[in-house]
Amino acid sequence: MGTSTESLVSARGLAKRFGDFDAVRGIDLDVRPGEAFGFLGPNGAGKSSTMRMIACVSPRTGGELTVLGMDPSRDGPAIRGRLGVVPQQDNLDTELTVRENLHVYGRYFGLSKAHVRAKATELIEFAQLADRSDAEVETLSGGMKRRLTIARSLINDPELLLLDEPTTGLDPQARHLLWDRLFRLKQQGVTLIVTTHYMDEAEQLCDRLVVMDAGRIVAEGSPAELIAQHSTREVLELRFAAGTQDEQAVEGLAERVEVLPDRLLLYTTDGEASLAAVHRRGLTPVSSLVRRSTLEDVFLRLTGRTLVD
Amino acid sequence: MPTAITTPRAIRLVVEGQWTWYRRSWRASVVSSVLQPVLYLLALGIGVGTQIRPGGATGDLPYLQYLAPALVVASAVQTAAFESTFPVLSAFKWQRTYHGIAATPVSATQVALGQLAWVALRISVSAAAFLVVAGLLGALTSIGAVLSLVVATLTAVAFAAPVIAYSATIETEGQQFSVIFRFIVMPMTMFSGTFFPVEQLPEWVRPLVWLTPLWHGTELSRAVAFSTWEALGALGHLAFLLAMLAVGTHLAVRNFNRRLAI
Repeated sequence: MGTSTESLVSARGLAKRFGDFDAVRGIDLDVRPGEAFGFLGPNGAGKSSTMRMIACVSPRTGGELTVLGMDPSRDGPAIRGRLGVVPQQDNLDTELTVRENLHVYGRYFGLSKAHVRAKATELIEFAQLADRSDAEVETLSGGMKRRLTIARSLINDPELLLLDEPTTGLDPQARHLLWDRLFRLKQQGVTLIVTTHYMDEAEQLCDRLVVMDAGRIVAEGSPAELIAQHSTREVLELRFAAGTQDEQAVEGLAERVEVLPDRLLLYTTDGEASLAAVHRRGLTPVSSLVRRSTLEDVFLRLTGRTLVD
Repeated sequence: MPTAITTPRAIRLVVEGQWTWYRRSWRASVVSSVLQPVLYLLALGIGVGTQIRPGGATGDLPYLQYLAPALVVASAVQTAAFESTFPVLSAFKWQRTYHGIAATPVSATQVALGQLAWVALRISVSAAAFLVVAGLLGALTSIGAVLSLVVATLTAVAFAAPVIAYSATIETEGQQFSVIFRFIVMPMTMFSGTFFPVEQLPEWVRPLVWLTPLWHGTELSRAVAFSTWEALGALGHLAFLLAMLAVGTHLAVRNFNRRLAI
């Protein structure tokens, strides 16, 4: 396979089994240098298990995997030395200062004290934590901790950065700031692999993504490609008064209808035309909205449900 | 570009990381690991000890001098118990710092060995501080006390290794640790020959005492401090402690891998 030799990550039939539970059921993927690659999927889809295998902390139980041209089961430490990892849950040492966290962590990569000191100063700037550099991590806000975790993951100048739900639990300001930092890294040529269950995050960050569900890849492509392939151009959202929502009533007015607890989504090429048809049938939604299809619509289509938490 | 890291180097780096933390918070630990045993030495050695006549049970030594080389081992074991429980649980569960380290070239096995090395270093430093104070109080009889430091450290890591292995399996908030402190560490400290000869205990209890690392450590420490050792007995104690260390280390490495590399 021509592309797999130049891929930073290449998987064929990659599988992970915990006891009698199949977390990842044989997936194929290639991540190319310089791209931002996303794993999208509901909780329990196998995203984090896949990330942990790529991060060389979790041994695969089936299939093939190469990371940076090496085999994680043989060259784990060497690969980890060239990766940056932002885990789902922060694992900073909260009793140390911002700067100490970077120093200590950098040393685990075998870097010299002088190098780590200089790099830490640079990364503290990058993470916009200069005025908190000598504060204990315990005193930082959630967004600051997350930025520090990202800064820490860059201490060894990784070729590949793995981010597991980087902005979960952050407020909108903090998320945008984080996205901006990640975007800059991408511009510098760092390859990113991101898992998320936020569609906006996937659209913001990812050049290419896969949608995972129940341990399998169910779709692959750029956000635009996925929308073109798996959804219609427009969506008509209809809300009805409580208890009067009836999907039978709109039958035939759209290519597909998605029923959510609080509204109906009508997938159609022309939303306004469909809305007019709804009114002609004498239906009276409380509110209606015509919008373009998003990744969320692809997600609903492919995983057949809203996000499971 | 750095790649793989040798195990001795990795262990040093884990110890360095712990040291960075300890440098900030050593003051609190001095109270429990140095001041507390010194108070014991004062109260029992000088206080109670004045009421005890030197005799066969104390090796014809004043009680203070009889007590010191054993107390250094007992307090090392106590410090080891603390250092091997909540800090380990926290690094797995609350702070998750071990997970962070396992994402670097340092492996789960090396994290386990590094933690054990840190406990050994931490204990030997407080034991050395205690011995200096004991020496100033006239509680040490000979330069053999320096060997007591080695024995205290070995005994403490022999106990620490299986406790670290156990701590690595805990998923809850660590309520189990109070069982270790109350039903293992406490009785072991009282009845392993630190304060009075084991011969004073009922015969049926003694086999239990022989199973404790503290008894072996205490016997060995007094033997080297008073130069009363005989080869076979000393080798037996040493073998017991080394075996416990080996088994405990093996279990700790296994459990760290099960927790960090699954």
